Amino acid sequence: MDAPYVFNIQKFSTHDGPGIRTTIFFKGCPLHCDWCHNPESQRFEPEKMLDKDQHEQIMGRQYSIDELVRIMQADQIFYDQSGGGVTFSGGEVLAQNRVYVSELARRLQEIGISVAIDTCGAVPWSQFEAVLPYSDIFLYDLKFIDSQLHERYTGAPNILVLENLKRLSAAGAAIYLRLILLEGLNTTDEMLQRLQDWLQQEGIQLQEIDLLPYHDFGRDKYAQLGRVCTQHFKRPSDDQIAMIQQRLTATHANVQVGG
Amino acid sequence: MLAEPKMRGCTARIQRLREISVHGCQPSISMERAVLLTEAYQKYEGAVSTPVLRGLAFKHIMKHRTLYIEKGALVIGEKGDRPWAAPTFPELCCHSMQDFENMNNRDKVFFKVSDEDRRIQKDVIIPYWKDRALMTKMNHFLPDAWQKLFDAGLYTEFLQQRGPGHTVADGKVYQKGYLDFKADIQREIDALDFNQDVDALTKKDELEGMKLVCDGMLIFGERYAAQARALAAEETDPQWRQELLDLATVCDVVPAHAPQTFRQAIQMYWFTHIGVTVEMNNWDAYSPGKLDQHLEPFYKQDIAAGRLTRDEAKELLENLWIQFNNQPAPPKVGITLKESATYTDFCNIQTGALRPDGTTGVSEVSYLILEVMDEMKLLQPSSNVQISKKSPEHFLRTALKVSRKGWGQPAIYNSDAIIQELLNLGKTMADARESGICSGCVEVGTAGKEAYVLTGYLNIPKVLELVLNRGYDHYSNQQVGIDVGDPTQFASYDELFAAFEKELKYVVDVKIAGNNMIERLYMQEMPVPLLSVITDDCIKRAVDYNAGGARYNTSYIQCVGVATITDSLAALKQNVFEAQNFTMAEIIAACHADFKGYDQIFEIVFNQTPKYGNDDDYADQLLHTVDVTLQKTIAGRQTPKGSKTVVEFLPTTCHVYFGEVMEASPNGRHAGVPLPDGISPEKGADRLGPTAVIRSCSKLDQLQTGGALLNQKFTPAVVAGEAGISNMAHLVRAYFAMDGHHIQFNVVDRKTLLDAQQHPKDYEDLIVRVAGYSDYFNNLGRDLQDEIINRTEQSFA
Repeated sequence: MDAPYVFNIQKFSTHDGPGIRTTIFFKGCPLHCDWCHNPESQRFEPEKMLDKDQHEQIMGRQYSIDELVRIMQADQIFYDQSGGGVTFSGGEVLAQNRVYVSELARRLQEIGISVAIDTCGAVPWSQFEAVLPYSDIFLYDLKFIDSQLHERYTGAPNILVLENLKRLSAAGAAIYLRLILLEGLNTTDEMLQRLQDWLQQEGIQLQEIDLLPYHDFGRDKYAQLGRVCTQHFKRPSDDQIAMIQQRLTATHANVQVGG
Repeated sequence: MLAEPKMRGCTARIQRLREISVHGCQPSISMERAVLLTEAYQKYEGAVSTPVLRGLAFKHIMKHRTLYIEKGALVIGEKGDRPWAAPTFPELCCHSMQDFENMNNRDKVFFKVSDEDRRIQKDVIIPYWKDRALMTKMNHFLPDAWQKLFDAGLYTEFLQQRGPGHTVADGKVYQKGYLDFKADIQREIDALDFNQDVDALTKKDELEGMKLVCDGMLIFGERYAAQARALAAEETDPQWRQELLDLATVCDVVPAHAPQTFRQAIQMYWFTHIGVTVEMNNWDAYSPGKLDQHLEPFYKQDIAAGRLTRDEAKELLENLWIQFNNQPAPPKVGITLKESATYTDFCNIQTGALRPDGTTGVSEVSYLILEVMDEMKLLQPSSNVQISKKSPEHFLRTALKVSRKGWGQPAIYNSDAIIQELLNLGKTMADARESGICSGCVEVGTAGKEAYVLTGYLNIPKVLELVLNRGYDHYSNQQVGIDVGDPTQFASYDELFAAFEKELKYVVDVKIAGNNMIERLYMQEMPVPLLSVITDDCIKRAVDYNAGGARYNTSYIQCVGVATITDSLAALKQNVFEAQNFTMAEIIAACHADFKGYDQIFEIVFNQTPKYGNDDDYADQLLHTVDVTLQKTIAGRQTPKGSKTVVEFLPTTCHVYFGEVMEASPNGRHAGVPLPDGISPEKGADRLGPTAVIRSCSKLDQLQTGGALLNQKFTPAVVAGEAGISNMAHLVRAYFAMDGHHIQFNVVDRKTLLDAQQHPKDYEDLIVRVAGYSDYFNNLGRDLQDEIINRTEQSFA
């Protein structure tokens, strides 16, 4: 079985689901979002990246399932204390080898470690089905309710994303909807209204909505990868974020700023 | 973020008293005690036994010393003749005129010395004490081998300038007055059997000394009552006149009798505190320990009777806090100053500990104390909380909300681990529960029942440095250790480690031989009858606290630099013996050169070698072997007074000094750079966040030690909000579930600290956690400031 590439394992992760978690960042993503703050996550194959001291690092290595289980298990006492667990993130974890990912999730579940899947949704439903029995939480990104905007900024339309979200909700999964906030693009009245209408119309059941204001901390990484950063997005003001939070709270119980 | 309040305190009275304590006083020397002590010694020395001499001297001091009353004070008593005036203890360390100049002139931790002080020191104190001082005597008998290792910075010696102490009160002073103690002592004297008991006369001398210090305490209270009344008679301000009369009434009861009210209970403790710390510079502090539990019955009873309100109780506690803050630790010089460079006298209050029946001791008074600690924001007393698995989550969260403000208090101790450590050290369950506390720093003890003495820090990584240099020290430029063989000829890691064990044993043997001589000197010449009166079972055994009279006796040796030794051994094991990335000769040369010109080797040891603090079993396993060796080499040795040696991991500020005396270490730590504090990882070595640090630390068998200190630094953003408190609480609970002993949080960002270094005036109130205590950032030497800035700042992903 071909193991996917992992470019980072982050212990004491507190913004990728409840409690204290370990997040595994898998390498490779079907989308190419212009605002991506982890550009090293986009390609599926390993690549060179300079670190802060201009030393060349290889991003991306393979782990056996045993190895990852062992690393995840090390912090189990922290998961237990805090109601945390392990988050599979990326890149896009559901774009990786399905057999590997579901087996990893199964192994963790077997030893009592809760698994969260952080996904952009732009993958075939069968990928979801493979992990569904072994995952407790889905952190589900929805970048744009408008498919054309979605395609313009991420490289793909959102048809699959919306379809999978409906099916996931119908399957009874615990979903944390994660909305990146890009000033003037998906924060307008119109876009927010369309989003709310759609969620209501489709009866999407959400545990939580996380508002993730855009930030440009990832800018330097493009240069470190030898790429050009073309980001020109803006973070909404704090007032605006508060207004969005208030607006969504009218239809959803638990709306948080930050993950 | 809320602006720093200008004046802290729950009433105008407290705000004023706090202002005086924080900004209105200059640290200075108080010669009064030394002069009175000398008068008493000149009068009685040679004519009476040593315990009686000490008792008479204490009584003389209490009879003639200045009694200070600040207007508005509700709690009274100072160590010196005024707040922030530190008495000296020439019977321990007779300061030279040069010492006085240094104390007066140094930038940090200074004490101002007047011309009159200088004259007294020169004409009265030095002539009498120069040859009598214990430190002088030690210098005569400590062997050359001891001195060489001392000069090279292999260890420090606690008892050169300070007596044994650093101990904690239990509940007995809230149940008995000094008249009652005196009666207890008299009963023991009456029961002495001079026919059957060959030690009866010695015992009588001890008990007579104890009776005399009780007299001293009685006189102290009577004089304060009389003085308050005399001042009242002349006072024109009616409110202050009444308050003076109230003070006199309190002093009519305590310390002669057991306290009856909350206010009297506080004053009783404080009189006792002053008595104990005037009797002896007992390294350093005397501490109230489980103050919330001791005060709780008085609080409940007074509230029920309608004679006390919650606000009044808070005001009294805040006044007590100010009294603590008014007493700097006695002036230190030389190496002792380096290992403990602070005004802090290490008084420790532990809130929320277990009750004697094993249930949680969190009460309304515990929450009141957290409020007082938060509002007072003073260096002293050190305020900590004990958390057990039984502690209410609300108490932990309330404590963490104070802790995250970033000035290091309260630190958090694990009650359940303390109990297990004490049981392992041979205490009964009843004593462990009733009195299980940590003293001023992190070491465990049984309050009011144990003499647990810190004897000195041991520089563990420097032992390896000696091995690599065949016993030669490049700091003092002489042979100080033993030659354990040519390191370039070691054929295996096991050979290297065996050499390390051999060198360690040599150093520890010399250190402990010195400890034994010093302990014997204290047993013979420096009884502390007052501390003995209030420590079980000194009265019953008629043996002094310093001579083994306490129910339990423990001698701690504090090991420093465990992370540096672990990472250094890992660097040698992996790179010299396994991967053969470089030779032993090359790494030794690199260490001599501080890695200048050895970039490749540095890169390997610094970035490509397993390190402690990352939950990496390769490194953590080496720590385990070091720990086993330390236990085997140091622990369980018998001392002259019947103590046993115990290992603990506490640095105070000694990690800075120990780093100064060292070359670069094989793990890439540069020459002169401070060692990591406590069991914290080497700076920059822990790269996987706090859970990995905590996992590594918990692989050390902390229950076998007398305590281990872990410092975690966070930026404010990561502990913000309820979620931030949850994160901290989960870390604490997980660490304690793994038997971690202690954890403390510094919550200040690097930028703030760097700015504080540049603009000290703007940061007068900036308090940071140093080791077992907090200090003003401005009080710290530049190197310690740098060290704190460089400690890994954990951030939340």
